[in-house]
Amino acid sequence: MEILIALIIGLLSGCGVYLLLQARTFSVVLGLTLLSYGINLFLFATGRLVIGQPPVLSAVSSPADPLPQALVLTAIVIGFAMTAFAIMLSLRAQAELGNDHVDGEQP
Amino acid sequence: MITAHGPILPLILPLAVAILLLFLPRRAQRLTRMLSVAGSVVQVGLGLLLLRTVAEGTQLVYRLGDWPAPYGIMLVVDRLAAWLLLTSALLALCALIYALAGGDREGRYFHVLFQMQIFGISGAFVTGDLFNLFVFFEVLLISSYSLLLHGGGGPRTRAGLHYVILNLLGSAIFLLAAGLIYSSCGSLNFAHLAQLMAGLDDSQLALARTGGLLLLVVFALKAGIMPLHLWLPAAYSETSAPIAALFAIMTKIGLYAILRMSTLVFGSSAGSLADLYLPWLLPLALLTLLIGAAGALAAARLGRLAAYLIILSVGTLLTAFAGGTGGIAAGLYYLPHSTFAAASLFLCAGALRRCRPVIGDQLIADGDLPQPLIMGGTFFLAAMAISGLPPFSGFIAKLLILKALPQVLVWGMILTTALAAVIALARGGNQIFLAASGPMTLPRGGKSVVLVTSLWEVPAIAGLLILIFILTLAAGPALEFTQDTARQILEPANYIQAVLGGG
Repeated sequence: MEILIALIIGLLSGCGVYLLLQARTFSVVLGLTLLSYGINLFLFATGRLVIGQPPVLSAVSSPADPLPQALVLTAIVIGFAMTAFAIMLSLRAQAELGNDHVDGEQP
Repeated sequence: MITAHGPILPLILPLAVAILLLFLPRRAQRLTRMLSVAGSVVQVGLGLLLLRTVAEGTQLVYRLGDWPAPYGIMLVVDRLAAWLLLTSALLALCALIYALAGGDREGRYFHVLFQMQIFGISGAFVTGDLFNLFVFFEVLLISSYSLLLHGGGGPRTRAGLHYVILNLLGSAIFLLAAGLIYSSCGSLNFAHLAQLMAGLDDSQLALARTGGLLLLVVFALKAGIMPLHLWLPAAYSETSAPIAALFAIMTKIGLYAILRMSTLVFGSSAGSLADLYLPWLLPLALLTLLIGAAGALAAARLGRLAAYLIILSVGTLLTAFAGGTGGIAAGLYYLPHSTFAAASLFLCAGALRRCRPVIGDQLIADGDLPQPLIMGGTFFLAAMAISGLPPFSGFIAKLLILKALPQVLVWGMILTTALAAVIALARGGNQIFLAASGPMTLPRGGKSVVLVTSLWEVPAIAGLLILIFILTLAAGPALEFTQDTARQILEPANYIQAVLGGG
């Protein structure tokens, strides 16, 4: 499972970074989204991967760590709002500058 | 009251004011302005009160919901946090007064966003754990995105797009770093982390080190340190003047975070990770100085000149932070000075833009500048202050920084870049004001309206300059305070004790 999770995080972040380096705002926003998915998964994994255990200290020998779950939830909410803002800003840039290049002008 | 609930008051106040302002109808502009200014004045009062409370060396620790450390969320106010809280509150008040000249009417929610921005800035200074630092960074960033774009326009949107995308990437890296540190140490509380760092075994050490250095990258992006400064000049010079002035504190938040992490989490007690940032600070600082000076010399507009001078001051501060107790003390004295001076220069540029609607703040003369004496005089004083010339506090601070770092390279860089700043400012002032009495260099086309400097612009700039005067006159007590501050943050044991109690 560790390898699978690591591969998924790597794939998401890799695609995210690739798209982030593109010159069009649409790809950049997609890249930011993919990158934040990868990082959310990574944050989730920082509490170690545990399956089928309650996130409370009890009789269970290895409980799931509840803190990363809380962190991920916060990160998802913030990431969602930021993505919405980035999309609106891209649309506004398209409207005001007349194109969707990140520098505001066609090379 | 102030000892029990002090740390949370500077957070609740702007948040409450912002929420209140949201309910006011659009036509209640007078009330909106009065409430917003009143909130900022009270914030300054709170800053003073907190500063007085912690001046003896106590740390105020506020446990939200009274959860025990290190599990609950902590707010901690020590000398460093109080000093920066007061600086940001004073700056915000001056920027807000300037905005009353009309900048706040360019869009609907200016005052709400402004208060939220103060909320985020104050939160970043008082938070006691890494994840809440991230959250407050996001609060201040999303307000800053909206404020930056306030009023709209093509160039502003383009600069804003770069700023937003880079900072979203920065937030992603921040999360990555926080995750790495959590996975290696199992905590996010600064004080707890400082305790845990020493006991890490080798398998976790690499993760913690990576996390720590990634954090440095994020803070360097916020502070505009050399390779990550590229967003700064465009963003600061394209936005409206009061916002650029308020943003003068934003780079200092990155520097504050670097200082906090390097003295507390990766401080003297961190075992093999002690002084993780120290080898990076001086080289980065010198490169930042270089690029700031080069940019200032090449700038063709006053706003851009001021933005590069901000980068220059970031380089100076970072140099100071690499200089041990004496350096940090001098740096902390230089910090409010450089913030106020840069802000006053941005406000001058804004006033110039209003008076010259066609050519704006370009470094070009214009025959009939209204009130040349006031404009030229304030520019002259602001330029003297920011370049660190003798009568002002910047001179004392730079002298002490030089004294703390007696190295040829540092002296050479600081003195050369200061000279470059003086040349750039003298040239700028010459081109704008002295040549103004000569023949016109531009056709008068489209210049039908001559706007007179507004009633609110002069007191705002004068306020910032008066603050610099006070800082100069009170150099003795202020330096004593910053020296105490430097000593306090370089001995993290007290902080850890105050936050975690006996254990």
